[in-house]
Amino acid sequence: MTVKQRAFPSPIADPDTEQFWSAAKNGKLMVGSCNSCGEKHYYPRGICPHCGAQDITLVEASGKGEIYSWSVLRRADPPFAIAYVTLDEGPTMMTNIIECDLDTLAIGQRVKLKFSETEEADGPPVPTFVLD
Amino acid sequence: MSINGKAYIAGVYEHPTRKATDKSLAQLHAESALGALKDAGLTKDDVDGYFCAGDAPGLGPLSLVDYMGLKLKHLDATETGGSSYVLHVGHAAEAIAMGKCSVALITLAGRPRAEGMATGTAPRNYGSSAPDVAFEFPFGPTVVNMYAMCAQRHMYEYGTTSEQLAWIKVAASHHAQYNENAMLRNVVTVDEVVNSPMIADPLHRLDCCVISDGGGAIIVTSPEVAKTLKRPLVKVIGAGEAPKHQMGGKVDLTYSGAVWSGPMAFDEAHVKPTDIKYASIYDSFTITVLMQLEDLGFCEKGKGGAFVSDGNLIAGTGKLPFNTDGGGLCNNHPANRGGLTKVIEAVRQLRGEAHPNVQVQNCDLALAHGTGGSLGTRHGSATVIMERE
Repeated sequence: MTVKQRAFPSPIADPDTEQFWSAAKNGKLMVGSCNSCGEKHYYPRGICPHCGAQDITLVEASGKGEIYSWSVLRRADPPFAIAYVTLDEGPTMMTNIIECDLDTLAIGQRVKLKFSETEEADGPPVPTFVLD
Repeated sequence: MSINGKAYIAGVYEHPTRKATDKSLAQLHAESALGALKDAGLTKDDVDGYFCAGDAPGLGPLSLVDYMGLKLKHLDATETGGSSYVLHVGHAAEAIAMGKCSVALITLAGRPRAEGMATGTAPRNYGSSAPDVAFEFPFGPTVVNMYAMCAQRHMYEYGTTSEQLAWIKVAASHHAQYNENAMLRNVVTVDEVVNSPMIADPLHRLDCCVISDGGGAIIVTSPEVAKTLKRPLVKVIGAGEAPKHQMGGKVDLTYSGAVWSGPMAFDEAHVKPTDIKYASIYDSFTITVLMQLEDLGFCEKGKGGAFVSDGNLIAGTGKLPFNTDGGGLCNNHPANRGGLTKVIEAVRQLRGEAHPNVQVQNCDLALAHGTGGSLGTRHGSATVIMERE
């Protein structure tokens, strides 16, 4: 069952995430990378959640990954698939799987990034995924 | 230092309403408070400590303290969603052990039905200053699809089935048939659960808790106060609390913060899971129960499905009677927060005041556990172990 796409509310950028959403407008998905411990994190933030250092660089992710878990909210209109996707770079992120058959999704399926436009005209797009 | 034996639960009250169109939110809190005080044999003027969470209207505890006319020495408005009130029992015991108060009142109330709130299937936005909101809210996280993703992953990793999850609801319904205040009193079968409409894969309608108005209150006192009262003595012997979250992207949906709060409580109580005669386990969804049972050590990780099957949670039949009031799945989930009612039914069991058809024989040791927030993103876990003296 492929259905019409739900509208995505626009995320609101703040000083902590402005750079992430600017990159999103350029079609790039960024993850936080700590220059102190070397670990990557998501969602991106000004402090490393692994070691506490503030020396963070945003690095571009390949946009490839696999479904860690998913659920189709059948009661929504239209129904949609929420998911956690584990990026090949390591971090797992919340997202939607779009343009797919909602009845055949499975954990472990390979997916690739496809940004989706959001409701506000000047709102940044959000990182969603399609089956790879 | 330990809270073991430093505080007693002297009064509990579960508001009987399930739809409160005729009551204000503050009124439900106050009526619950008065009910618990009456149960304990105390009055409002005996209260010197007050505990509430995010369901309290106004600024933290202040509006309700004003409304009820309380004079206090100790305040705590720690908010961890539906687990708050289990956590508050531990905090109240700490405050009492430190001599900061001697009669602590904990209240909960809410009117999600009267207010027509889309509880389970509409995304909740905690405000754009919450750092996670921009990265989650656009994708439509709701209560039900977040817990559904936990169930989905649990099934993938451990082979857990919808039929096994359904047994949790079946057990709750067996208990609810005896509770005249329960919203859903019909006994259901595994087939009825798995054939109920799919809400968010793999959770069906009957995997979800009820939506109810109502409230409740708990009175925790010092040993000195408890021993002057006429109620059976229910002693707090262990408490644990812990948050769990996304760990910077190292998301693992297969376990809850109970893996930390549980051992803390068991260690403090000097007991182990096999000693527990009755367990109140937060049941927002069937999967919530299954994961917490594993994480608290009632069975091996991944074996929860087999553990809950074949009536093992049904009083009089199974090895671990749970939620004998019908729980959130059938009885009551006031304010969309089920932690307080978990403590109440555990106290009823320890006092021997549960319904005769579900009363556990010689119930001298009970556990109450809450999960608040979302198992799919970030939540607070709280465990309390109580003993009948």
